Amino acid sequence: MAGPLTRRRLLGTLGGVGGTALAAGWAPVAFSMTAPAATKKTRQWAMVIDLRRCDGCKKCTQACQETHHLPQTFEWIKVFDVKDTSGASYFMPRPCFQCENAPCLRVCPVAATFKDDEGMVLVDQDRCIGCRMCMAACPYGARYFNYNEPPQYDNPFGHPTPEFPVPQQKGTVGKCMFCVHRTEDGVLPACVEACGMNALYIGDLVEDVATNGVETVRLSTFLKENDAFRYKEELGTGPRVWYIAGHGQLLEG
Amino acid sequence: MERRAHERYIERAMWSIGRGDRNFWIAVLVLGAMVAAGIYAWVYQIQRGLWVTGLNQKVSWGFYIINCVFFIGMSYGGAMTSAILRLTNAKWRAPLTRLAETTAVAALLVGAVYPIIDMGRPDRFLNIVLYPQVGSPVVWDVVAISTYMLASLVFLYLPLIPDLATTGAALKGGKLQRIYQLLALGWKGTPGQERSLQRGIGIMAVLIIPLAVSVHSVLAWLFAVTARGGWHSTIFAPLFVLAAMLSGVAAVILVVAAFRKVYGLQEFITAKHFRYLSYLLIALGVGYLYFMVSEYLTEGYLLEADTTPVLEAIFIGTYAPAFWTFTTVGLILPLILAAIPGRFPIGRACLASGLVIGGMWLKRFLIVVPGMAEPVMPWDWGRYAPTWVEITITIGSAAAIPLILIIFFRFFPVMSVHEMEEVEHEPERRPTLQPSFAEGAGK
Repeated sequence: MAGPLTRRRLLGTLGGVGGTALAAGWAPVAFSMTAPAATKKTRQWAMVIDLRRCDGCKKCTQACQETHHLPQTFEWIKVFDVKDTSGASYFMPRPCFQCENAPCLRVCPVAATFKDDEGMVLVDQDRCIGCRMCMAACPYGARYFNYNEPPQYDNPFGHPTPEFPVPQQKGTVGKCMFCVHRTEDGVLPACVEACGMNALYIGDLVEDVATNGVETVRLSTFLKENDAFRYKEELGTGPRVWYIAGHGQLLEG
Repeated sequence: MERRAHERYIERAMWSIGRGDRNFWIAVLVLGAMVAAGIYAWVYQIQRGLWVTGLNQKVSWGFYIINCVFFIGMSYGGAMTSAILRLTNAKWRAPLTRLAETTAVAALLVGAVYPIIDMGRPDRFLNIVLYPQVGSPVVWDVVAISTYMLASLVFLYLPLIPDLATTGAALKGGKLQRIYQLLALGWKGTPGQERSLQRGIGIMAVLIIPLAVSVHSVLAWLFAVTARGGWHSTIFAPLFVLAAMLSGVAAVILVVAAFRKVYGLQEFITAKHFRYLSYLLIALGVGYLYFMVSEYLTEGYLLEADTTPVLEAIFIGTYAPAFWTFTTVGLILPLILAAIPGRFPIGRACLASGLVIGGMWLKRFLIVVPGMAEPVMPWDWGRYAPTWVEITITIGSAAAIPLILIIFFRFFPVMSVHEMEEVEHEPERRPTLQPSFAEGAGK
């Protein structure tokens, strides 16, 4: 068999061997969510986080919680205070990594998690059954389950959507989605806008640009020149978030 | 079996049918109250939401997933014990199969409720049927568990058919008799019917083994397909299957011992039966120990970044008391108890089984919780302590198994009458696979 081994192919092969042709027949439901839209110019969102600048103020977390009307315990972008084995100390904000090959997406039993045209991993909270398999599968702990009744909010767009899941639905899972309700209007994500240190960049892989709201950079050059890395890249999840290290900490990835 | 013993067997097997003495009602009341408390806790949780549990953003699976694996696992032991004994034509199986098969169904009914208890939106359960994403291990589980449930119900029902006819005939008229006759599907014991029944049971005995293996394998893959330390292991599926059989055989031993004592089956279920079941327990226990060593050695030798914290927590950290209790008291000690020959074979088999069951619950805890609490971002450990809701539901569900059993045996023979008669004729019809094992060893 020529070509790289993909999960779809593996499952298809196993399915064929096992006589469950069903798997192959159903696979498109799960795996072909990324077909580009023909009419609109498609963006492929990415984020760059400059760890040299982050001072751990957590304004990004607060802005996120305000925008999405989340309780305090929901840190869709969470700032970790890291002390690594080399003795270095630094802050590390962690949004959802919007993985190309998202583990949370493929374990969802009802396809409530899906990927939009712009590579964003979204959750349809109208369909989610709350089994929390995605939380077990996410290697970054980016998903949050609504154990309690979420803060109520009158959504100006009517019913909550995967792009703007506000208010959150009790008994379902939610997570960061790079503020697609803002980026589609050309507005910076709430965390990027709120960052006083300009440590967060939102970018587009298609146009190869990224901006923190103050300066705009050529994305590929910026990543290369600064030796950017992706967290736990070895897992093959293909995160859409790059980190720039600079405090002498051990490089991950 | 001589004629008088034959009659006594039938008398004992049917003893509990329609019987409602004081002990029965006390047992129903006590167990029923425990189950009711569990149901109350579940309703309480449905009304308020999962925040009433100890689950949190880090440890989002806890008691419910542990119990799901635990009870479904227990079910396999019953099914496999019965299937293996049938396939190997073990002659001593006759008084055991009914108890084993019923235990399998009862434990499965309880275990299969747990995924629903665990769901944030149980009202949307049908979404799994409406929008199934076949790449998801959760869907594999739903398919496998429901297939296995159907199979184990059939596996219980088929050998029951002749007994239903017998029981129905023993009743003197009334609506109940009609129901028995209806369920007996017009069984008259003709050679043609016998042949069909034997074929059916034979097919089910063969089918139930791969089905049982598949269910626990997909339950294992629920964990093993993730990138978590301690979960992402290739040995998980066989390890889970072995764990299931081990705890299941232990459950069968306990159930058989309890019914033997209370229902007065001592004449037919003897120390020999417990010795044979203990052999099974030992074989499975040693196998489990071997798998476990293989798992921890390969992971612990390499000490990869994501597995190290879990192994540390299990071997020397927070979960070390639980782990070493499981290993010594829950696995090695029961094996010794069951293996050494000597006095009190039944008592020792029961003690060993009780320890194994407790140990296997602990082991499931040690799989689920440290794997969840492990920092996926390497700096924050999760914590988990169950609340009264989870504990009450757990106790209630455990009580449901004996409750289902005693109610079931109020209506159906506790030992298969037909099976006994069939086994008696077996040597003439066809040779057993291990005649020495079947007849000689126990004497």
